[in-house]
Amino acid sequence: MKNWPLWEVFVRSKNGLEHRHCGSLHAADEDMALENARDVYTRRSEGVSIWVVKSSNITASNPDNNGELFEPAHDKVYRHPTFYELPDEVKHM
Amino acid sequence: MSEEQIRSLERQFDERIARDEKIEPKDWMPEKYRKTHIRQMSQHAHSEIVGMLPEGNWISRAPSLRRKVALLAKVQDEAGHGLYLYSATETLGISREEMYEQLHTGKAKYSSIFNYPTISWADMGAVGWLVDGAAIINQVPLCNTSYGPYARAMIRVCKEESFHQRQGFEIMMKLANGSPEQKDMAQDALNRWWWPSLMMLGPTDAESIHTEQSMKWKLKRKSNDDLRQQFIDQTVPQAELIGLTIPDPDLKWNEERQSYDFGEINWDEFWQVVKGHGPMNKHRMKARVGAWEEGAWVRDAAMAHAEKKQERKQKEAV
Repeated sequence: MKNWPLWEVFVRSKNGLEHRHCGSLHAADEDMALENARDVYTRRSEGVSIWVVKSSNITASNPDNNGELFEPAHDKVYRHPTFYELPDEVKHM
Repeated sequence: MSEEQIRSLERQFDERIARDEKIEPKDWMPEKYRKTHIRQMSQHAHSEIVGMLPEGNWISRAPSLRRKVALLAKVQDEAGHGLYLYSATETLGISREEMYEQLHTGKAKYSSIFNYPTISWADMGAVGWLVDGAAIINQVPLCNTSYGPYARAMIRVCKEESFHQRQGFEIMMKLANGSPEQKDMAQDALNRWWWPSLMMLGPTDAESIHTEQSMKWKLKRKSNDDLRQQFIDQTVPQAELIGLTIPDPDLKWNEERQSYDFGEINWDEFWQVVKGHGPMNKHRMKARVGAWEEGAWVRDAAMAHAEKKQERKQKEAV
């Protein structure tokens, strides 16, 4: 017997907001994954749209490499508005 | 990795938790942290799943449609809570099948409260009011626990749980205000569920082997005895309000402590039930394993259908 694969579930709580990851579940195929996601994650009108993605299709970064991966941003302070000096007379910019 | 490197990693790990940082699935973690979380989280999931059985028993015999839809929704929530918790546990590297296997072979435990029978409709009231009430007290602090997926699952669970307790209390209140027979039924349910509910909050601190480590990892924020006192202090006035009597002759308000003193808990009974000798242990496992085995052909058929659909799609693409 083959086990049902794992799916990641993303729910948009209302239009105007992004889909957010809310958990995972097992299902035989994508149709069943959608129906199970409705029953498991939206029993109280938590969503207006659901995405399901097979977990094996997700590529994730490794937290052990966070240094190399995210560090370069730290020394680029000129990407932030506070890096720039303006005269006090300029109230809003 | 050398032992010294591991110790240094462990120190950094403990500091992260002390700073209230969350640990996520792919982060490095001590093996003991992983194992302890797998044990507690899977046990929690199993409790939700087995917890459906005593209440499922009454769905078809609920006294009105209002009660029936509420009970059905509650049992469905418990299935949902079990599923949130199983998938959160899977992020620690154990498969769903392995967890089921551990439950079905008795290697993993579930809350011993579900090894008591639900013999009257009033038990649906008592279970919701007391068992879910004690569960909420246990679960609320876990919304802040250090392992991210567990904390997120617990936030969902806690949001949904409060209706469970209120529907139970409403059932008790209605019965307590009903005919003398109905009131007796409510009192009888309280008599049977009170002590097991107190035991549900775990062995006394002196005998609890996991407490200290669990406190450090925020798997536990308060000791079992503190949680139990909190449960008693909050529940006694509720019983008085609906005119029911807590079955404890030693229960009395302690002005100095601003808390209730209570009688001796029968820990022998607790350990007997934990070890598998409760009134319903065998029955619950038989129902659970039976459901799993009898559902095997459905799971296989769904998988075969999914594969066939996939093949058809691929052929059409060619």
